[in-house]
Amino acid sequence: MMRRYSFSRWHLLLMPLSLVFLLPLVQMLLASFTSNADINRFPPRFFPSALHISGYVRLFRDAPVARWMLNSAIVSGIAIVSHLILCSLGGYAYARLSFRGRTVAFVTLVATIMIPTQMLMIPTYFMFSHLGLIDTLGAAFVPFLTSAFGVFLMRQFFLSLPKDLEEAGRIDGLTTFGVFFRIVLPLARPALATLAVFTLLNSWNDLLWPLIAINDPSKFTIQLGIINFQGAHHIDWQELMACNVVATAPLIIGFLVAQRQFVQTMSMSGLKG
Amino acid sequence: MKHGILISDHEKAGGGGARRRTANTNANSEVAATRSTPAAALADANGTAPAPGGPKWTARRRRVVANLTGWSFAAPATLIILGLTLFPAAWAFLISREHWNGIAPARQIGWDNYRLMAQDPDFRSAVNHTVLFTVLYVPVVLVLGMFLAIALNRKIRFIAFYRTALFVPLVVSAAATGILANFVFDQQFGLANNLLRVLHLPRQGFLADRHEVMWVIALIYLWTDLAFSVIVYLAALQDIPTDCLEAARIDGANRWQQFRHVILPSLAPVTVFVGVWETISVLQIFELILTTTHGGPLGASQTIVYFIYNQAFNLSRYGYGSAAAYTLFGATLIITLGLFAYARRSKIEAF
Repeated sequence: MMRRYSFSRWHLLLMPLSLVFLLPLVQMLLASFTSNADINRFPPRFFPSALHISGYVRLFRDAPVARWMLNSAIVSGIAIVSHLILCSLGGYAYARLSFRGRTVAFVTLVATIMIPTQMLMIPTYFMFSHLGLIDTLGAAFVPFLTSAFGVFLMRQFFLSLPKDLEEAGRIDGLTTFGVFFRIVLPLARPALATLAVFTLLNSWNDLLWPLIAINDPSKFTIQLGIINFQGAHHIDWQELMACNVVATAPLIIGFLVAQRQFVQTMSMSGLKG
Repeated sequence: MKHGILISDHEKAGGGGARRRTANTNANSEVAATRSTPAAALADANGTAPAPGGPKWTARRRRVVANLTGWSFAAPATLIILGLTLFPAAWAFLISREHWNGIAPARQIGWDNYRLMAQDPDFRSAVNHTVLFTVLYVPVVLVLGMFLAIALNRKIRFIAFYRTALFVPLVVSAAATGILANFVFDQQFGLANNLLRVLHLPRQGFLADRHEVMWVIALIYLWTDLAFSVIVYLAALQDIPTDCLEAARIDGANRWQQFRHVILPSLAPVTVFVGVWETISVLQIFELILTTTHGGPLGASQTIVYFIYNQAFNLSRYGYGSAAAYTLFGATLIITLGLFAYARRSKIEAF
């Protein structure tokens, strides 16, 4: 019988590696509170001589960061709500309902997972332009309204549910919609949580769609915002790192609070394909 | 014509109604008679009142209702997904056979873009960088991911801290990672050169050195991406039944033999999956390039997708960019299918 917490040789690998992985993030946080004079000193020091919040003050004065954060929150919010509704509806249809063209539609849907989004940027740009989405937040959230992976995930979940409850609901006189909203959806909470985290990660961190479609600074998402900010303030490291901290803090905090859910989501994306 | 259909429908309905009526009278008259007419027995057992149109009409109506219900559930997601993937994919192919700057009318030039591309040294160097990166990176991430998953799959002190530290870069966006990397690998003030100085090693150019740049980008990408393969492997490791490992131990297998003959074979399907996944995502590496080097210095870190982006959105050569995109798509598809075929031949059930 192994004693719990006896010294393991794995520590010799894991401890240094963990510190190396954390180091850039720690330095980002420290640098955002370090004056530029300190950052530019030679030889450089890891810990600042004094902490300053001037970087954050300058950041919020120089750029509409609050606006960008709000834009990103709107985009992610719409993406999550729409994902939850459309993917669970679609997933239920492909798991339980029988209708004409179901198999063809589902196979086509799953096959589209193979089409990489980066390769569609040119036609998508013109599509957005025809739909009047250029320079609107729509360009950022329309690509995240739903996803084949989400539909697939929900379908797999619904297939794993026992059919008895739904049949009982039908005998009690519920329609298909009634069964779905009153019986199935409340049971799907774990899958919906996974889907929500998946959508949050993808939509919050996306740079591609805003990059090609949004030029108006008041419509920037935070990711596009920090890229443009870097272009304009490439010497002011303190301000840049402050900007980076603001942009990454929401997801890092979310990850620290709900790590289990995040990790589970990532391993579920292992289903993709 | 219209009348004809109406009449025939009416006749059918009438016929059905008549049949139903006789069945009902039978059912009412005698139990034995009910048994002799299955249709009536069914109707009674279900306890449903037959629709006025008769059985045939009801069946058709039910099918219509089922189709409508099914599609009203499935259509919104299905249409949006197809509209955002298949439609632009088809359109991209049309654009790839055009000479088009987005403003002037497009000119049909057949396969000229593809021919031009085959001779374009810039495209060729982008392909070289991407392929080299993929070939070097994917095996490393597979081995490291599996190794770290095995390391993290045990109950030791600080394990929660280790997992958090190794997984947290996963939620940092490509944009933020790129900006952070510019700081860490800054030639004068960066942490990386600072560490080298402390260790009395020569200062490096990193992202500014054309011979080092792809290695540094690989390192940065590993930082953001390693957690994905670790997490997938970890989930797979936890699915291995403990009985198997125990049986191996009782049979006298040492640590290495347990790994070689029990753990490794059960990780094979996940390895195929992670391998395909990493290959596809590395072939498309773009955002990190955009936020760190813009393909420089002197095009030394230009990848295929960055090349596509640059042709289309900086140089307004949409047709040429689309041709490059389609070439990459085709190559990705062939590689993916090839890996699947290989996995199937090796009897690994990946999916």
